[in-house]
Amino acid sequence: MKGQSKEVLLLGNEACVEGAIMAGVRFFAGYPITPASEIAEHMSLRLPQEGGCFIQMEDEIGSVTAATGASMGGVKAMTASSGPGISLKQEGIGCAAIMEVPLVIVNVQRGGPGIGNIQPAQGDVMQARWGTHGGVHMIALAPSSVQECFDLTVKAVNLSERFRVPVMILSDASIGHMREKVTLPESLELVERPRPKVDPKDYLSYDTEAPDGVPPMADLGTAYESHFTSFIHNKKGFAAWTDYAITDALVHRLNNKLLMHLNDILLIESYLLDDADMVVVAHGSTARPSKAAVNRARQAGIKAGLLKLLTVWPFPYEHVRSLAKRTKTFLVPELNLGQLAGEVERCLGEKNVLHQVNRVDGGLLTPDQILAAIEEAK
Amino acid sequence: MAKIEPLQNLMAEYLNEATLPSTWCPGCGIGTTMGGLVRAVSASDIPREKFVLVTGIGCYGGAGTYIRMSDIHALHGRCPSYATGLKLARPDLHPILLMGDGDSSAIGGNHLIHAARRNINITAIIMNNHIYGMTGGQYSPTTPIGTKAATAPFGLTDHPFDICRLVAAAGGTFVARTTVYHVAQLASLIGRAIAHPGFSLVEVESICPTYFGRRKKMGSPVQMLHWLKDNSVSAAKAKEMSPEELEGKVVTGVFVEEHRTECVAEYQELIKRIHAK
Ligand SMILES: Cc1ncc(C[n+]2csc(CCOP(=O)(O)OP(=O)(O)O)c2C)c(N)n1
Ligand code: SF4
Repeated sequence: MKGQSKEVLLLGNEACVEGAIMAGVRFFAGYPITPASEIAEHMSLRLPQEGGCFIQMEDEIGSVTAATGASMGGVKAMTASSGPGISLKQEGIGCAAIMEVPLVIVNVQRGGPGIGNIQPAQGDVMQARWGTHGGVHMIALAPSSVQECFDLTVKAVNLSERFRVPVMILSDASIGHMREKVTLPESLELVERPRPKVDPKDYLSYDTEAPDGVPPMADLGTAYESHFTSFIHNKKGFAAWTDYAITDALVHRLNNKLLMHLNDILLIESYLLDDADMVVVAHGSTARPSKAAVNRARQAGIKAGLLKLLTVWPFPYEHVRSLAKRTKTFLVPELNLGQLAGEVERCLGEKNVLHQVNRVDGGLLTPDQILAAIEEAK
Repeated sequence: MAKIEPLQNLMAEYLNEATLPSTWCPGCGIGTTMGGLVRAVSASDIPREKFVLVTGIGCYGGAGTYIRMSDIHALHGRCPSYATGLKLARPDLHPILLMGDGDSSAIGGNHLIHAARRNINITAIIMNNHIYGMTGGQYSPTTPIGTKAATAPFGLTDHPFDICRLVAAAGGTFVARTTVYHVAQLASLIGRAIAHPGFSLVEVESICPTYFGRRKKMGSPVQMLHWLKDNSVSAAKAKEMSPEELEGKVVTGVFVEEHRTECVAEYQELIKRIHAK
């Protein structure tokens, strides 16, 4: 970041748009759904101003596939929706993952399946990881403020380009509809997908020899003949699912290209953890009341600390495991009945105790509720 | 548009020999359809690298593997939406969609009609074999009523789509039909569709000897081609025929050829207008 930054008042959903545009997104396809619609609305205003393109598609799978098509043309692309709409996008998300097309998907979470409700919720933590097919690793980032909506969308665009992978932003109705001050940087570091340097005649759509596991990607409509396919494929991009060795290698590579680079992907904030007797693990809209609760617990003489996950997937297993070695008690506050808690539990040893505090009525967890849970757990 | 070449002159340049032979059944109409495509593409004034084949899932979907052109072989039914995003983001490209009847009019029906409504400048070549070939002969939205299929063992009880009428009604501005028997017309209609500045459709009446012809006892692939020849009627002649006479006939020719604003060009104009302010 250099030059003069600027302070503005933005809605969380608008901050996602501004972050995306600043990170170079020039294509958005969407389908209206509360509480994500402001992203489409703001994109329809901002993109043509920036020379980019907005389209309201006929449905959610149409939106995610249109955005994938745009990205294949070399244009950074995004789509957004909420719970049920994200389910409809899942086939397209998995397809982008196996075709290794950079893409950002914002999920402004709401409650319940079907129409459910339009209140804040964190019910899609598992959907973000396992919603699509084949178990490919995805990246999911969770903002807890409007500033983080901006910052993490920039990060999402950059990570998706760097690793040729779909990245989901796990926001929710409270963050998307919150208005806060945001500092917009004058400029920022943009990441571009690796593009081929070889002669067009030597280009392979999926050159797995790339040392970091991320094959260079040519834009469609250039001298590079490209074959994008959702089939299990060989380096050329031709179906190879009858070959066990190729199938195995591809599935492993799609996983490993993220696992090999956890240091670049995992965003974690540790607050008062050095001497903590209790670790509160929180993300998104539960991270802020958790921090307030930790502060109040400290005033009351309880040594609590906060592990705030800005990256939810890949989950920071090693990090939580090492905390579990020196801290006995864990508390996971969530707006669901324990999705992230299950991942934390996988990291705990025999001497650890896991506590949960959950809300699924559409309301937000308050510092009081979390503090009460801390006091009970201590 | 240059002169349409005989196919044998183009084989070496367009066919990806390493991936052949294809997985298509002997006698299938897909090969002929691909021949028409290759001839039309080579005769067009557009450089080959500006074309992108966008193929659905179905027997036809594998086509991108056999032809030396860039392709996207993505999700069942979603060719039009991948192509819509690609074309909007890259107006210099020419997506050509290769879809089956099930791919385009069942699972992808929503995207097909909306691409036609937008009149987006892409070309769809729908290979209609009236059946789900790849999955083993289940009925599709174009299977004639009464036909026996893997999922209609007693004969189908619902009515079929006429894909050309569907796309014309939705707003497609070039709509044509031909058959795999009419090889010269096939190449020339695809050529006209590519050159047309708006949503263009060529429906290719094809043959699936394996799952459609066999159940209907239509005989060998050659006999099926003869059936196409004997039962095709040009659009001009069809105008003079009664609905009873047209029953079961395949009407070929151009049904719609008109000019209407196209969505990508309009959006580019909108961007210019905003910037002129
Ligand atoms: C979402 C989804 N549903 C179902 C399928 C299974 N499927 C593969 S091909 C196909 C039918 C294709 O039929 P058609 O488009 O008529 O093409 P044909 O095989 O006859 O050429 C189906 C249902 C799939 N691949 N994806
Ligand atoms: S099943 Fe039918 S459409 Fe598919 S390849 Fe065989 S003949 Fe062709």
